[in-house]
Amino acid sequence: MSDQESAYSAAGEVAQKRVRRSAFERAWIALKKAPFSAWFGLIVIICYAIVAIFAPLLSPYGEAQVFAKADAPWAMFGGLPEHVFGTDQIGRDILSRLIYGARNTIGIAILTTLLSFAIGGSLGLVAAINRSWLDQLLSRAVDVLMSIPSLIFALMLLSIFGSSISSLIIIIAVLDSTRVFRLTRSVAANVVVMDYVEAARLRGEGLGWVMRREILPNIMPPLVAEFGLRFSFVFLTIASLSFLGLGIQPPTADWGSMVRDGSRFIQFVAYDWTLALPSLLPAGAVALLTVAVNFMVDWFLHMTSGLRDEH
Amino acid sequence: MSTDRADDTSRGEKGDILLEMKDVKIDGFSDEMWHPIIKGVDLTLRRGEVLGLIGESGAGKSTLGLAAMGFARPGCKIHSGSIMFNGIDLMAATEDEKRELWGSRIAYVAQSAAASFNPAHRLIDQTVEATVGHGVNDAEDARSDAVELYESLQLPNPDMIGARYPHQVSGGQLQRVMTAMAMSPRPDLIIFDEPTTALDVTTQVEVLLSMREIVDRFHTAAIYITHDLAVVAQMADKIKVLRYGVEVEEAETDAMLEQPKEEYTRSLWSVRALEKPEVDSDDIILSVNNIHAAYGGSVKVLDDVSIKIPRGRTVAVVGESGSGKSTTARVLTGLLEPMSGSIEFNGEVLPAALRDRSKDQLRRIQMIYQMADTAMNPRHTVGEIIGRPLQFYHDLSASARHKRIVELLEMIELDESFIDRLPSELSGGQKQRVCIARALAADPEVIICDEVTSALDQIVQEGILKLLLRLQKELNITYLFITHDIAVVKAISDEIVVMFQGQVVEQGLKSEILAPPYPDYTKLLLSSVPEMDSGWLDEFVANRDAS
Repeated sequence: MSDQESAYSAAGEVAQKRVRRSAFERAWIALKKAPFSAWFGLIVIICYAIVAIFAPLLSPYGEAQVFAKADAPWAMFGGLPEHVFGTDQIGRDILSRLIYGARNTIGIAILTTLLSFAIGGSLGLVAAINRSWLDQLLSRAVDVLMSIPSLIFALMLLSIFGSSISSLIIIIAVLDSTRVFRLTRSVAANVVVMDYVEAARLRGEGLGWVMRREILPNIMPPLVAEFGLRFSFVFLTIASLSFLGLGIQPPTADWGSMVRDGSRFIQFVAYDWTLALPSLLPAGAVALLTVAVNFMVDWFLHMTSGLRDEH
Repeated sequence: MSTDRADDTSRGEKGDILLEMKDVKIDGFSDEMWHPIIKGVDLTLRRGEVLGLIGESGAGKSTLGLAAMGFARPGCKIHSGSIMFNGIDLMAATEDEKRELWGSRIAYVAQSAAASFNPAHRLIDQTVEATVGHGVNDAEDARSDAVELYESLQLPNPDMIGARYPHQVSGGQLQRVMTAMAMSPRPDLIIFDEPTTALDVTTQVEVLLSMREIVDRFHTAAIYITHDLAVVAQMADKIKVLRYGVEVEEAETDAMLEQPKEEYTRSLWSVRALEKPEVDSDDIILSVNNIHAAYGGSVKVLDDVSIKIPRGRTVAVVGESGSGKSTTARVLTGLLEPMSGSIEFNGEVLPAALRDRSKDQLRRIQMIYQMADTAMNPRHTVGEIIGRPLQFYHDLSASARHKRIVELLEMIELDESFIDRLPSELSGGQKQRVCIARALAADPEVIICDEVTSALDQIVQEGILKLLLRLQKELNITYLFITHDIAVVKAISDEIVVMFQGQVVEQGLKSEILAPPYPDYTKLLLSSVPEMDSGWLDEFVANRDAS
């Protein structure tokens, strides 16, 4: 006891000690402890991002450039050496389409997810704070939207409004925002009842401040995790719509329509297995990204849930 | 507690050493490093003995209490030392061996009974679960024994109460059921971790009484962890004071109360010595006139409440939980619109609803909450928390704001280094101080303090109360102080309002209320406050039985 002062001082009270670290240092510490699956997910996502951003530099040919030889197989299976993954039914280079497809499919999926979070998140927050007829109205409207199978609903709306990229983004975003609304509303409802939100209301703060500064920072972890999962689903929805012919329209390259184009050959796979490659390649790209995003989300959720069970 | 009514002596004689901990060191993991929490503490407990473990929060009381079971919380590890329980070396025991002891030979009573019960199971099933699970007793015997325990713990309808679910009984009853649960396998050792801290005084007395009675009857050894010396004085044979993970002193209860060796021990009950001289005043700043209020239009909580609050003084509102104290505060702040009645502020009628009040009206009445933890946004720094009212009400520029934040931090006896800390990096007392600074930042005339000290240790309470008194003197602030702690009332108030079941029982100067004759309820409230005297509980029982 002798080395510690026994007089009381407010500043000297024992509190949790914490070293100040920059966001980068914190991220590095977390990554050092990350499991293999998280590293795998992170590396795959970074690779996809690089491919998507630098698509024009990386791809050997243009997105819709047509060559003389159509349906060429892979270079290593007797195709032309200048087309590594061969060409499609009208003679476009598959590797280039794959690279541009990353840009189009991922770009549209990110835009759609962002939009659906903007819609669903803000309405969910308003509903959680307001808690009156507005909450009822929004929640029931969301119930109605969710009661219709979303792929079929999206197909119907796309046939009505036409398959332009903007209508594709808006329709999927609105349909997907229902899930975001529900999540945001339920996690925000737990924060709305906290004393600090009451303190802000007593101070006379407006709705915008309470939403953005008091509640939003406290519900970020589940929302970020949901963002990853939603992105996967949107991505799959776009790919499936394209496969059905109502998504991204040619000549814009995208993985869903590439799978569809390649699927013509599937029935002949019994005779020549390389015929499966034109559709398996984009399908594999979709699958890999989905798995990678889910690995990252799992790890992030584990980190933010604060579980410290293992010693 | 010396009656020798041994029901079962096969487990060893009273007075034998049951638990011996030597030079125990425990580390906690945070911020990527191991920090020492307990830095070498010895503890010896004999059969039938009750040891009080006291100290401020962060002293390591609970960690040490759990270590007595050989248990370390996730993120903690028992680093070195020896823990011998009844001849078993808990440091060497495997998880399975320890699990065999827990819930049969050693039991634990947690602070929050409400959070510790499973809401989906009936009370009696949970009471006997460990006993039956460990094979100490068969289900039928354990159940009938549980009913007997309920009876000796003075629970109402001991036959029936076990069939209820946790939400169907009160907090005090739940804490007693938890004691029955701990007692059910007739353990050798019970660890009570602040079991009455969350209860109000009148309930606390009852729970203390039944706990002491039952520990005494089965002469179980117990470790009683608390920060309230007056409570521990009623329970413990000897007391150990902890601070910063080391022992300050250990002594027999009476000896410790009469003659503490260390200055620090004395400071643990200093708040009880604080007393503000009352000042009368007729200059009313805020008056509540005939308020009737209800939640959801049906459950009536305030019935014709009228309170007058003089400028620059402190009015304490006392009463047990459910008496309408906090509801009165909600009506004052505009969060709850009253069904009838009015509030006058500086002679003007204040709009009933929050949204109808002007920014200036809002600024003049500020509020400080009981739980500083939840009253501050965990994602905002101290600078942001204090700076927001400055920006919102006074529209200060960034540099002026910084200057004022530093001034306010100094006013609450903290320094500039706190400005970019997050609430999680503050201690309980520091958090409450930041909340006070946030209220001060608005330049208020009235501050409503809702149980602001009840979650804090005595020593920290004293600091906060002194700070509030000093601020009142310097800034002529008026306080409406809601509390159930009479020691706090004595320390801070000029006037007292006693509330009971939504009505004002009494209102007047402190000297009038705290002097006889009392109305019945005031009397019960005053007599239920534990005093720093090991014989107080016995006296309380004697007086109660006599009347």
